Amino acid sequence: METRGLSHVRDGRTVMQIGDWQLQPRAHALLLGPSGSGKTSFINIATGLLTPSHGSIQIAGQPMSALPPASRDALRRQTIGLVFQTLRLIPALSVSANLALAQQLALGRVDAAEIDRLIARVGLSHRAHARPRQLSQGEGQRAAIARALATRPRLLVADEPTSALDDANAAAMIDLMFETADATGATLLVATHDGRIAHRFANRLNLVAPA
Amino acid sequence: MIRLSLAYLRDRALNTALNIILLALGVASLVILLLFSSQLENRFDKDAAGIDMVVGAKGSPLQLILSSVYHVDIPTGNVPLDTVALLRRQMGVAQAIPLALGDSFRTFRIVGTEPAYADLMGASLAGGRLFAAPMEAVIGAEVAARTGAGLGQRFVGGHGMTGGDDGPRHEEQPFIVVGRLKPTGTVIDRLILTRIESVWAVHGIEAPHDEHDHEGESAADHEAHASPAEVTAVLVRFGSPIAAVRLPGFINRQTNLQSAVPAVEVSRLLALVGVGLDAVRAFAVLLMLTAGLSIFVALLTALKEREGDMAMLRVIGASRPAILGQVASEGLILAAAGTALGLVLGHGVIGLAAANFAQLQQMGLNALAFHPGEAVIAAAALAIGLFAALIPAFRVLQSDIADTLANSR
Repeated sequence: METRGLSHVRDGRTVMQIGDWQLQPRAHALLLGPSGSGKTSFINIATGLLTPSHGSIQIAGQPMSALPPASRDALRRQTIGLVFQTLRLIPALSVSANLALAQQLALGRVDAAEIDRLIARVGLSHRAHARPRQLSQGEGQRAAIARALATRPRLLVADEPTSALDDANAAAMIDLMFETADATGATLLVATHDGRIAHRFANRLNLVAPA
Repeated sequence: MIRLSLAYLRDRALNTALNIILLALGVASLVILLLFSSQLENRFDKDAAGIDMVVGAKGSPLQLILSSVYHVDIPTGNVPLDTVALLRRQMGVAQAIPLALGDSFRTFRIVGTEPAYADLMGASLAGGRLFAAPMEAVIGAEVAARTGAGLGQRFVGGHGMTGGDDGPRHEEQPFIVVGRLKPTGTVIDRLILTRIESVWAVHGIEAPHDEHDHEGESAADHEAHASPAEVTAVLVRFGSPIAAVRLPGFINRQTNLQSAVPAVEVSRLLALVGVGLDAVRAFAVLLMLTAGLSIFVALLTALKEREGDMAMLRVIGASRPAILGQVASEGLILAAAGTALGLVLGHGVIGLAAANFAQLQQMGLNALAFHPGEAVIAAAALAIGLFAALIPAFRVLQSDIADTLANSR
């Protein structure tokens, strides 16, 4: 991932200012900053959900911010897995069906063995057929990570994955993300204001709320 | 994506079931009305096929048609036997078939007539032969099926049109079954045909010319003999269109005769009934639209709750058309289930009605007959479901994913 002169202006106010930054494959990075420093805007721009007002961003060698919407969707589908702070599983589907849907959408096929393996890896084998609303907060977050990894993304983006968790669960979550990302060869980009996990990352991008 | 639609529908099963039932009721009402009115009209047309005019005693022309063509009402009275000969002498009359009504056997009417009547109604023998001698009878297919009467069976007619079993009976004059007709789907299935002389004999009226049973004997021979013998009505088939213009007036000028045209009377009757049918039909359309609106509201609220889900689907790679298709398929599945249930329900109700009400069955109501109009109803129901789903889906797709995600996070 590479940004050039990246910043975003919303309603006449600069909400994010990054400039030039690079993230090498497998060099897991932390996106650190207080609320309102533009972490979410950056993630939305990186995943092609938002068009930056200035500068550009390249994902896996492709100019995400310059692509037309349909190509952005395709690029995101093929290279990025997203984990959000809360929920983000389809409530009408079981955990394993959620993973299957993600695979179907991204890869056009369902790999049942891979789904079983991922669910076992995040320790949810006994809950594979439970509905998301029957899961605890931690279980739901682990399921969301499994869902993001089900498409074998090269970039795993997580927005505040631990802020709702207690210390033990937060540590376990980070362990899990490192472990699974390494196992699948994915690069991690984690946005957080949670200082508890900051020491785990070698790469950091510190965002400050623009004046 | 279809599986996802089914999962969503299952997720709010009660709501789904209620909407399906609502739509099914609308579809069923329309199907029932359609089948009922079309089968009724079809039956009216079939029974009256080949009969251009009916001549009988003065009274209500509708009653005359109902009693002598459809065999549902009581006759208006009798006319002299001479009428038959009078009609046959008229120019443009191709055929004049007398009917003598008045008796029945276990609710099935005994009709004194000529073998030509069976031909006119398009009936052919399934077994035995046509009646030749007095007191010989040919029974319709339904009579045979319901009474279990076979060839050679003797039975006694009862006086009156409906009961037969509780009214006075003609014990001393039994009929014998000599023939059985194939099913025709017309009123003749429920009739017992015999010679006119049989009906006279049963009522102690001496037929003019008992000995002359030959087919070839012309009716003109009869008129020389003044006789108390009467017939109830005469069915007339025209040979030329001029007769249709000239004859009704001529008949109605005779002191005690009236003519009635089945087509005219039936259209008058249907016009009367039709107002009611139209009102019910409008109500059924309203019901179906209500069901569509209900599906619309249900999907609108469901999709509002699911804005986050849809944004998520977009994030994990579903294209806009895919999401639109998913929502549309939800509406279509609802509509299709409602339509299928409605069709089954409609035909079921028709079947139940025919099974439980003898009158409806006699009318020839058939639950297994399909009408092309049902396809139109089904298409309309599906279209309603599709539109009800697409409008909220488009609304959701208008919104910005990043915003939706931010708001529902």
